[in-house]
Amino acid sequence: MTTEIVLKGRTIVGGQAEGIALVTREAISFFGGVDPQTGVIIERGHELEACKISGKVLVFPRGKGSTVGSYIIYAMGKYGTAPAAMINLETEPIIAIGAVLANIPLMDKFNEPLLEIIKTGDYVKVLSSLGVLKVRTVKNR
Amino acid sequence: MFLTRKEEMMLEGKCGRASALAMRLLVALGQIFDAERMVAINSAQISGISYKNIGNTGLEFLENFANLGAQICVRTNLNPAGMDLDKWKEFGISQSFAEKQLRIINAFRKMNIQSSCSCTPYLIGNRPRFGDHIAWAESSAVAFANSILGARTNREGGPSALASAIIGKTPLYGYHLDENRKPTYVVRVEIPVQGAFEYSILGYIVGKKLGYGVPLVTGIRKKPTFEELKTFSASIATVGSIALYHIPGITPEYQVVSEKNEASKETFFVEKSDFQQVIDTLCQVDTFDLVAIGCPHCTLSEISKLAKMVRGKKLRRNVWAYTSREVYAAAERRGLVTIIEKAGGKVVKDTCMVVSPLEDMDIKTVATNSCKAAHYLPTTCKVKICLGSLDTCVKAALKQ
Repeated sequence: MTTEIVLKGRTIVGGQAEGIALVTREAISFFGGVDPQTGVIIERGHELEACKISGKVLVFPRGKGSTVGSYIIYAMGKYGTAPAAMINLETEPIIAIGAVLANIPLMDKFNEPLLEIIKTGDYVKVLSSLGVLKVRTVKNR
Repeated sequence: MFLTRKEEMMLEGKCGRASALAMRLLVALGQIFDAERMVAINSAQISGISYKNIGNTGLEFLENFANLGAQICVRTNLNPAGMDLDKWKEFGISQSFAEKQLRIINAFRKMNIQSSCSCTPYLIGNRPRFGDHIAWAESSAVAFANSILGARTNREGGPSALASAIIGKTPLYGYHLDENRKPTYVVRVEIPVQGAFEYSILGYIVGKKLGYGVPLVTGIRKKPTFEELKTFSASIATVGSIALYHIPGITPEYQVVSEKNEASKETFFVEKSDFQQVIDTLCQVDTFDLVAIGCPHCTLSEISKLAKMVRGKKLRRNVWAYTSREVYAAAERRGLVTIIEKAGGKVVKDTCMVVSPLEDMDIKTVATNSCKAAHYLPTTCKVKICLGSLDTCVKAALKQ
């Protein structure tokens, strides 16, 4: 049994995408923290270490680390290993620039506590240009 | 965010694909920071030039961007590259590294960026005036431009500074606005500070104590020299994210601050013990393979000081002075490069210790007078650090 929740947020990079959510409470450094060839998180001790982010709706609080991270996201776009969309609590420039370069929908600043609502495995539709996120949550998860 | 008709057309791709991509980058930034609109800039400075830093992915991006027809429309300078662009073979740079580095430079040339590679654009003809809006990326130059020249820039990243250079605009937020340029903290320096090395440490102390914000630095008794302000700007921006500081009598906008304001702000004190603490933190060894000076790039007066110290003598260790191509040329004309080379040292242009592959040049320990270099080198080049003034480092290199 599933329910659909609609969340409203801010558009940073417009577009439309959908996929399975991958959620973390930890910030992500794309430079040194993600392998662009495989799309796998390689930062030691990260909550998502060894998880593949390719094709997922990646939900994380914000980016961190070197500004070269933007180019890593760009490379993932080229290699086809990028996430389908990215959702932040509050976006900072590294992630925003990477999302523009790789043309990945990006939203932040939601009206509801995002990390409480979306769980890994939920199916998420990102209508970034409209500032809307549709979350199909799996009950009894 | 309000966009003019022309800006909207650019965003929609009616002025070419490169402008559309650049505009999308700027609009995304404007969205994040709730910028009301764009503002015109008259100068840009781009970071992320070294192949060592940006790797193949950065190279691919820049080449693609150049191939889309990207062309700059304001005065634009580049940060240091990963090697001396002429004499790279002398330093043991590999053929493959050099080829990729040169491809990066060529991509910028294709965008009509003809500048040399330096972290001190303000020393080589890209010197904004008071109140100018600019988009600079190199953090030490950002702090210098905001605090000493009174120009206005945020701490840009490589791609956003490049996008601004192409569009000639930047989103209006942060340090472009009056309200964000006022001091937020007071730092009272309780002891006399003199010389570039001490100013480098002072900047590091302030950066570390505050982390962010706009410090008003009081207690500076003697007017700092150009070199002292250059190195202070570098280290204050290294540990935290400081982009602007006020020093009474130096910072052009200081008059906006009244004594009353000062008293109501949180105050930090800098004492003698703070200096020793920085040295203890950054200094790891007491021997060295290389003395590296020029972070930020040496002025002509610094090269001249080095030449005077080593004239007619024999250096027992490597001494490399990093500088811009322009200052190198001036030093060469005055015979300073020859003096330093005869003593066994080198004057290196286009690059610096932090962004070049020192780790591949069999260098394990580096002595430097720059807290910025000392902060980054252990991670970027896997070397251990010995910290000292230019005098101390060079004297040590002259000893048996």
